[in-house]
Amino acid sequence: MIYIVILIGILAFWQLIKVYEYATIINGSEEETVTESDTRFNAKMMMVFCVAFFVFCIWNFWMYQDSLLPPSASEYGKALDTLFNFNMIIIGFVFFIVNAVLFYFASKYYYRKENKATFFAHSSKLEMIWTIVPAIVLTVIIIYGLKVWNNITAPVNPNETIQMELYAQQFAWTARYGGKDNTLGKSNYRLITDNNPLALVVEDPNNGDDKLVKGEFHIPIGKMVQFKLRSRDVIHSAFMPHFSAQMNCVPGMETEMHFVPIYTTIQMREMTKNPKFNYILLCNKICGAAHYNMQMDIIVESEEDYNKWLATKKTFAETMSATPDEPKVESVKEEMKKYTAITATVEEVKVEEKK
Amino acid sequence: MDHAHDTHTHEGHDHGHDVHTHHDEPGFWTKHIFSEDHKVISRQFLITAIFMGVLAMMMSVFFRLQLAWPGQSFPILNYFLGDKWAPGGVMSPDMYLALVTIHGTIMVFFVLTGGLSGTFSNLLIPLQVGARDMASGFLNMLSYWFFFISSVIMFASLFIEDGPASAGWTIYPPLSALPQAIPGSGLGMTLWLVSMSLFVVSSLLGSLNYIVTVINLRTKGMTFTRLPLTVWAFLVTAILGVLSFPVLFSAVLLLIFDRSFGTSFYLSDIFISGQALEQTGGSPILFQHLFWFLGHPEVYIVLLPALGITSEIIATMSRKPIFGYRAMIGSILAIAFLSFIVWGHHMFITGMNPFLGSVFVFTTLLIAIPSAVKAFNYITTLWKGNLIMSPAMLFAIGLVSTFVTGGVTGIILADSALDIPLHDTYFVVAHFHIVMGASAIFGMFAGVYHWFPRMFGRMMSNKLGYVHFWITFIAVYGVFFPMHFIGLSGVPRRYYSNEAFALFDNTHELNVIITGFAVLGAIAQVVFLFNFFFSIYKGKRATQNPWKSNTLEWTAPIEHLHGNWPGSLPEVYRWPYDYSKPGKDEDFVPQNVPLSAGEVENH
Ligand code: HEM
Ligand SMILES: [Cu+2]
Ligand SMILES: [Cu+2]
Repeated sequence: MIYIVILIGILAFWQLIKVYEYATIINGSEEETVTESDTRFNAKMMMVFCVAFFVFCIWNFWMYQDSLLPPSASEYGKALDTLFNFNMIIIGFVFFIVNAVLFYFASKYYYRKENKATFFAHSSKLEMIWTIVPAIVLTVIIIYGLKVWNNITAPVNPNETIQMELYAQQFAWTARYGGKDNTLGKSNYRLITDNNPLALVVEDPNNGDDKLVKGEFHIPIGKMVQFKLRSRDVIHSAFMPHFSAQMNCVPGMETEMHFVPIYTTIQMREMTKNPKFNYILLCNKICGAAHYNMQMDIIVESEEDYNKWLATKKTFAETMSATPDEPKVESVKEEMKKYTAITATVEEVKVEEKK
Repeated sequence: MDHAHDTHTHEGHDHGHDVHTHHDEPGFWTKHIFSEDHKVISRQFLITAIFMGVLAMMMSVFFRLQLAWPGQSFPILNYFLGDKWAPGGVMSPDMYLALVTIHGTIMVFFVLTGGLSGTFSNLLIPLQVGARDMASGFLNMLSYWFFFISSVIMFASLFIEDGPASAGWTIYPPLSALPQAIPGSGLGMTLWLVSMSLFVVSSLLGSLNYIVTVINLRTKGMTFTRLPLTVWAFLVTAILGVLSFPVLFSAVLLLIFDRSFGTSFYLSDIFISGQALEQTGGSPILFQHLFWFLGHPEVYIVLLPALGITSEIIATMSRKPIFGYRAMIGSILAIAFLSFIVWGHHMFITGMNPFLGSVFVFTTLLIAIPSAVKAFNYITTLWKGNLIMSPAMLFAIGLVSTFVTGGVTGIILADSALDIPLHDTYFVVAHFHIVMGASAIFGMFAGVYHWFPRMFGRMMSNKLGYVHFWITFIAVYGVFFPMHFIGLSGVPRRYYSNEAFALFDNTHELNVIITGFAVLGAIAQVVFLFNFFFSIYKGKRATQNPWKSNTLEWTAPIEHLHGNWPGSLPEVYRWPYDYSKPGKDEDFVPQNVPLSAGEVENH
């Protein structure tokens, strides 16, 4: 705050000076609309700016390369990292060269009375060059990019995957596992009740063994996980930045994504030297007031640990027939209230956590 | 109606009707408020857009404060937003979303579409093609007044109980359709939809007029290959608008039905606030298709006029013909065509069929080719020129830089595979603010500095213009370059606060830097505002052709005449870019100067 006030102060003062200057300009009667000294000054500034800008860019790269996401933790993510670096080299090159040339010309060819501009209106050869060269480069980019894209989106055989569902609602996630039969049963949005938050069709035999979890979900390393995505209310987006995975959750339809995790949570904690590291699932499509706090932790572990963890969870059939003293899923209304409250308190909680 | 007829009949020299209007001495109201004169309407658009722009800029400063110092109390927020939306000076999450929504809407539609095209198409099309006015002065006037009413409604929506629309400028349903989902989707969204519908009407009235004027009212000798690139850009922009805005209108209309009349175009299987809604069978994705069918052409509706203005200014101030005039026209047309078949790149991860995604990757990357051609042609125009650094020229050069810098990240995003982890992160925000936001606003500033003498008969201060440019340029890159890194760290856009995730803690420092630059940039605009309004009254009087330019607008008297030229309309003998032509004494030859004996027309 103080910093802003100071900034404003300095600028206000500076501006007063400029206003003063301005008044004198208005009264002056210059021949030319733009004086030669102004032109020269601004031309020089172009080069100064260019250098400062590049320094700033490189400083940014240098300073913040570590704060970027760690190496991608999924098989496809690896391919994406490589593709990204490949494209970055190309566009980085174009960015530096073209900007450098632009600013260089702007500072070099400034107006001098004795000079005359070269009348150079067109050259088919040059224009061909800069149509064809970008076309070739783009062809390479397209082909490489689409190869990766086709790989990522190629259909998978559900039997070779772990079948999971991510269910989005304002402002929380629920994960569902296909259970013993590794099959997700049907749902119908009208069936939502306190006991049946995901609107599963009770009569569907595929549903009985499904398992619902909140807060965090686990997946085993090295196995293809296929996520089916649904939403209860508005569009959300299931984004797992560490796995370079994202797909929208759209009410009224089911979407899908899949990937193979390649580092366990523990491995990642070592790689990032951050003992608190956790994979996360977050919402990446504006969905309302607490959109910024719609999260779930993801634990990647060995298949053994994963099976052990999953075994402790109740099946859908079990929770449906649960006795009243069992912890029940809260009613929708209460949930709404809770999340509105979270909105207000999350700040404080987070601040405390940090301390 | 009268007028349309009027201007039409005197392409030649006789005065007919027009004389009457001169002698009638229009009163204050018809002269300054309900004027049918394109020059007055152009000023009205500009001033309205400046007002809206200031508003949207203030909003951006507000939400930048929240992003840099989340949860901290700022008295200024309490002052502007009140106790309801910023209790104790801390912005509420709902208000945060409302601010980003209205900021985006105003900037994209009111400033960079209405403001930019409205101002410069209006000012320059008749003057540069050598017409007495728009084809229909009356429709032109209506176009402004629809824009005005639409602005007023958008502005008014800021003051209602539940707050303005807050579902993002892209207003995706169901969020925008259900007040249960977010308070801004109540009356606020209704006003948004009404305002945008009127905006579409304004845009269509304007665009049809621009198209007809360019096609029908060109003066003698003004062939299409002698049109200044500004006019080409305005013409194509208008065509894009006519073809795409009706689609937005339909999208909006269907949304209104869903909201108010229980239809289910976009809604299906929704359970909200403890209740299962009746609607089934609709698709929220349909809305996205309709929206982006407008939305992508829209970004070029914003950008093309800025590029047109830049072409004109770079050539004039380099004292050199624009390089590759025909290639420039070709790329404008190619961009316009392609911009209709790339919209899917905003929807790669909506569950779109992957093959269809590939098609959109292909078309999207194709559009980079004509874009590259334009950038290289600008740079070649500077090469061996004799560059006069007016503030307009500085902004034009700045535009080329931001266009390149923002364009290259488009190549990353257009790669559907790479878009998976980047979609809806700050990387996208950085991309489009640089390539569209900065470039288009630079084009607009360039235009204002360059044609200010034509609009107001006075000059703006160069010195203040330089201060304005350099601070703005620094601020733009200071704000948007680091934003790429925030996006690459995985930070989603439209987050009220990044503190809910430990993962984002290390982007905090960058957010503070960005907000610092944003405040700096906002302050620089005060310099501009001062320069602009002060110069209207106190600026140095303009000379007839202050930039020694070739185009026809500088041959009309500085005093605004209804009908633009006294006596007959100028005749055109050459293209507009005869700068530093060999064999000429002066370094410019206006379009209305006949070819001298033995001279060949270039291009
Ligand atoms: C080289 C040319 C360009 C390419 C390949 C390109 C590509 C893209 C892609 C793929 C996206 C979607 C990213 C996402 O949402 O995940 C995007 C977003 C966007 N682009 Fe570009 N772009 C280019 C130039 C432009 C230009 C010239 C403009 C404006 C004049 C522009 C304005 C925008 C806007 C406004 C968005 C974001 C809209 C939103 O989600 O709110 N782009 N661009
Ligand atoms: Cu969400
Ligand atoms: Cu687009």
